[in-house]
Amino acid sequence: AAGMFLRLLSDIQWRAAHPRWRRMSSSQRSTSTSAEPHPLSLPAQAQVVICGGGIMGTSVAYHLSKMGFKDIVLLEQGRLAAGTTRFCAGIVSTARPVSIELKMANYSNKLYEQLEQETGVQTGYMKTGSISLAQTQDRLISLKRIASSLNVMGIPCEIISPKKVLQLHPLINIHDLVGAMYVPEDALVSSANVSLALATAASRNGVQIHERTSVSHVTIQKGRVTGVETDRGRIQCEYFVNCAGQWAYELGHSGEEPVHIPVHACEHFYLLTHPLQEPLSSSLPTIVDPDGRIYIRNWQGGILSGGFEKNPKPLFTEGRNQLEIQNLQEDWDHFGPLLSALLRRMPGLEALQIMQLVNCPESFTPDMRCIMGESPTARGYFVLAGMNSAGISYGGGAGKYLAEWIVNGYPSENVWPLDLKRFGTLQSSRTFLRHRVMEVMPLMCDLKVPRWDFQTGRQLRTSPLYDRLDAQGARWMEKHGFERVKYFVPPGSDLLDLDHSKTFYKPDWFDIVGSEVKCCKEAVCVIDMSSFTKFEISSTGDEALESLQYLFSNDLDVPVGHVVHTGMLNEKGGYENDCSIARLSKRSFFMISPTDQQVHCWAWLKNRLPDDSNLVLEDVTWKYTALNLIGPRAVDVLSELSYAPMTAEHFPSLFCKEMSVGYANGIRVMSITHTGEPGFVLYIPIEYALHVYNEVMNMGQKYGIRNAGYYALRSLRIEKFFAFWGQDLDAFTTPMECGREFQVKLDKGMDFLGQEVLLEQKQNGVYKRFTMFILEDHDTDMDLWPWWGEPIFRNGRYVGKTTSSAYSYTLERHVCLGFVHHFDENTGEELVVTTDFINQGEYEIDIAGQRFQAKAKLYPFSSLFTQRRRKDEVELSGYQRE
Amino acid sequence: FYLTPSQVNSILKANEYSFKVPEFDGKNVSSVLGFDSNQLPANAPIEDRRSAATCLQTRGMLLGVFDGHAGCACAQAVSERLFYYIAVSLLPHETLLEIENAVENGRALLPILQWHKHPNDYFSKEASKLYFNSLRTYWQELIDLNSGETTDVREALINAFKRLDNDISLEAQVGDANSFLNYLVLQVAFSGSTACVAHVDGVDLHIANTGDSRAMLGVQEEDGSWSAVNLSYDHNAQNEHEVERVKMEHPKSEEKSLVKQDRLLGLLMPFRAFGDVKFKWSIELQKRVVESGPDQLNDNEYTKFIPPNYHTPPYLTAEPEVIHHKLRPQDKFLVLATDGLWETMHRQDVARIVGEYLTGVHHQQPIAVGGYKVTLGQMHGLLTERRARISSVFEDQNAATHLIRHAVGNNEFGTVDHERLSKMLSLPEELARMYRDDITIIVVQFNSHVIGAY
Repeated sequence: AAGMFLRLLSDIQWRAAHPRWRRMSSSQRSTSTSAEPHPLSLPAQAQVVICGGGIMGTSVAYHLSKMGFKDIVLLEQGRLAAGTTRFCAGIVSTARPVSIELKMANYSNKLYEQLEQETGVQTGYMKTGSISLAQTQDRLISLKRIASSLNVMGIPCEIISPKKVLQLHPLINIHDLVGAMYVPEDALVSSANVSLALATAASRNGVQIHERTSVSHVTIQKGRVTGVETDRGRIQCEYFVNCAGQWAYELGHSGEEPVHIPVHACEHFYLLTHPLQEPLSSSLPTIVDPDGRIYIRNWQGGILSGGFEKNPKPLFTEGRNQLEIQNLQEDWDHFGPLLSALLRRMPGLEALQIMQLVNCPESFTPDMRCIMGESPTARGYFVLAGMNSAGISYGGGAGKYLAEWIVNGYPSENVWPLDLKRFGTLQSSRTFLRHRVMEVMPLMCDLKVPRWDFQTGRQLRTSPLYDRLDAQGARWMEKHGFERVKYFVPPGSDLLDLDHSKTFYKPDWFDIVGSEVKCCKEAVCVIDMSSFTKFEISSTGDEALESLQYLFSNDLDVPVGHVVHTGMLNEKGGYENDCSIARLSKRSFFMISPTDQQVHCWAWLKNRLPDDSNLVLEDVTWKYTALNLIGPRAVDVLSELSYAPMTAEHFPSLFCKEMSVGYANGIRVMSITHTGEPGFVLYIPIEYALHVYNEVMNMGQKYGIRNAGYYALRSLRIEKFFAFWGQDLDAFTTPMECGREFQVKLDKGMDFLGQEVLLEQKQNGVYKRFTMFILEDHDTDMDLWPWWGEPIFRNGRYVGKTTSSAYSYTLERHVCLGFVHHFDENTGEELVVTTDFINQGEYEIDIAGQRFQAKAKLYPFSSLFTQRRRKDEVELSGYQRE
Repeated sequence: FYLTPSQVNSILKANEYSFKVPEFDGKNVSSVLGFDSNQLPANAPIEDRRSAATCLQTRGMLLGVFDGHAGCACAQAVSERLFYYIAVSLLPHETLLEIENAVENGRALLPILQWHKHPNDYFSKEASKLYFNSLRTYWQELIDLNSGETTDVREALINAFKRLDNDISLEAQVGDANSFLNYLVLQVAFSGSTACVAHVDGVDLHIANTGDSRAMLGVQEEDGSWSAVNLSYDHNAQNEHEVERVKMEHPKSEEKSLVKQDRLLGLLMPFRAFGDVKFKWSIELQKRVVESGPDQLNDNEYTKFIPPNYHTPPYLTAEPEVIHHKLRPQDKFLVLATDGLWETMHRQDVARIVGEYLTGVHHQQPIAVGGYKVTLGQMHGLLTERRARISSVFEDQNAATHLIRHAVGNNEFGTVDHERLSKMLSLPEELARMYRDDITIIVVQFNSHVIGAY
């Protein structure tokens, strides 16, 4: 029978430490209730210590041991699989909107399927399939989008009619449904048993498992993990993995040097019933009804049903001990709305008898994505936690990626969306977490339309101009805690309307952004871009230049005052960061990178720059306000304000100079705009920000200046085929693959990171190519808009996915950017992508199941560049981030 | 003709206001959880006022109700100004110096109070400058006095009350070049107001009362029942001590004329009040001010009228009686209300109604399935019924509104009668005052956990 986990757990006595594992693995269940055997003493040292015996900890142990690591210790404060894992509903679902999550779930599913055979431990694996229901058209669109990406991954999936739903699951009321998505290979497991099976296999591979051992803190010296203090003694180790689930935050904060892991628990309720009169078949598919906020699976002839209510109850904000998890109360009044939704979906269940309402806390993260990776401050300190109630779906894949990360130094997929380093200390305030998870939990079921934003935990980091811009109609979005303007609502516009601009179709800010774009093209606009990460690197001698030459692919030995666009590449030639670096003097550099690079880039540089007191790396993000003046009249505004000639002869593009603007001195002016339009970015010491802004706006009046937001910037950069790190570019993309060879100096006279791979690619070609697509038969007013993640088809065959898209007001077409691969028609093997391959294909983009013809381009339209410049100069500015 | 329940609700809820003390880091460390307040007018315009604010430079929260008479001008002025006088009285010498320096040098002032105001609670823009100057003179004097002693809350409250009343009186005597302001200060001085103010700081609760509004503590007994503890004495003819006090302050010859028909000099119900200079100034002063005052004042019969048997002014004072109470875990809430409430309800009923309302919100008996056989359908029915019950009992989200509903709508059995409620609320303006008085209520809820931890 599937999922007998509660009963199973009470049958089995998992008293033994190491020695009994072997007996367990031969499926001999000890039912002895005899006194506990003496626990084995802890080893004095190990290569890896994993804290947490839930699905995450056991999965990491399993994969590490499979990959050949021998010296691994897993510590569990209570019993294996006794925390959230024990209570988990056991649904393995691959229907995930984020591609990396989808891959993890798919891998987990395949792993669990064969786990019983591999280990001999019953996992209760049952391939029941799952059906996600849509009560509204918008919900159906979001399901169709997921179905498109599942299909191209080779995961069977279909959009079905309500009638078909009824055939698959006879208890369902289909009257309020408009459609559904059926994923036949989704499965059910007993999650506790999956975890025990993984532990068994790991144990067989030599992992030492110690229950009833709690970690008090992790010791860190000189930025490296050195060992673990437990209630049973100390273990020296090289790597520590924090898989402590909802205790991960506290464990991270227990040491002298805190590791910030932003997770927070919420109570989560589900219902167990006695069997139906005619017991439900164990092969009946799992039902997910997001509009009703519930899920329903078969369970021992009855059902298990839980959900994500609108008014979640966060807990353990003050930190508690694990005992409390056992004492959590059922709260029927709280569960009431979910019970109504359940009975509405399956009215026939009225007479079904209740067995229990389980209160099982789940941990949630600030952005609904799980947390994995290495701490930015402590090398060797790894984290895998914050599963947002999808732990069993992600467990296998997440454990695999983390094990790869430890063993190889990097995982085999781009996991940036899940990387711990996407957060900083700013997301780990308890108040922030408590408020944010109260928003996140209901969002699990809410419809996510393009460009949605979190509403809680806002206005944390702001530009000094925030109030000024807000008063002028700014609408805000948030990145890494920083408020940034989306667009400015002109006075007199219907504000209410604009706040409800959430749609899969043409949004109502369309004309507003259009006019901002027009102003950038014809006059001049100001965009506050203060959120960018800004570092200064300087040295007393040539250390700064030498180190940077090694860490960056472009040549930084340029004359003082020049700005260089360059990638910060890893050993595989992939982009760890994409930035602009200005040479301020012979020995100091000013580096600008995307907003969310603040933690990652800092850690990357810190770990690689020589430990030399002559070399200083400083985060100056907070010191400067950045104003981007975009447009042909920017030059007029600036020269009037500075009494200095700003024309191309005096101030060529990609140039940086300190000058005075208005009364304020020491403004760093750079002739870049991140859009390909002419203009300047002003880096202003924050105390001058308001003054300079006022001066610019006053002086700009006669040139038609206006405020603009990031949506305008985005449209401008995408129509010019500028890639953006974190969305288009990632650690698995090289400059060669995105047409950025010109930003690489292979012959700069010294070695740099990633050089070998780039040389090899230059010689032999690349296996994917960044391409721009212009949608041909797409009706902007009537058709669904592209977002990102849409499958690309070439001559009817899947070749890749889009990474970003925007409407180009100049081309009056949608532009999608994405990567094209070349899969061999017969073997599926990846082949070299040539220019001819790109150019000689008929392309289509799949938006929620509907395909639109697209024209592929490898170079931007030169007509879009308002000023005639040298080709390389145009391309040099061909770099962008948001 | 009856009002529908939703019309009744919109009238009752028009002035309701709730404030929750914000949590910090997931914890609430204040002894006050928050407060609910509301007012229901009978006069048009209403003559009651209310105020609530958090002291920012010292600890503690201030809450008060003010019942005006002979117009609302005095109650309005007191509601705007009194808390500043109290806060300034509580400030340590260094902070006063800092504030004075800031004003002197045109720098930004330290914020003294954070107000918790309903949108209808307004401050007079025109008089703010005048009021500020008077307040500044007060703190300058405090700076000069610098006693060096730590400020005692009782003293501070008494000083603040007396000082404000004195300033009201002085401003009216001096007048103002601006004719609008000149008229305003005279209106304030010639009308009157009671004040009942609470200062809560940790477990220290001080009530300063002037007049016949009342403060009452709601106490939960061990058996769960509710009882009321008075934290103020009404200053009116029913209070023997008060009658005694007044008689002591005047010659024996006036004994008979001092209190007539339960009123001071046969005219005034409260025996202490702000303003009311007709009961404080000498006859000469009154005449001089009225004659030199604006025409509106001269045309007003009331202001020109001198009370009979007026021989040894002042007959009236704004000095409050201060009661200090150490909060205990069983002290669950405090009700401050003007006499409009206390005329219609006994304090014991007030304690019970508020107590049951507040605990009903928080301690609803949870359902547990336990070993019983319950079907999903039965549970669903049970939960639906519970929800329905809650929403009818708690159509009021605000304890003060709930209390007003009872005060106005209670029938002889002590339950709210919609018909009666509807009638009372639909009385025409000119009749309303005959059947009921303005009602203003603040219900402060205490945090027993924090209080217990002291």
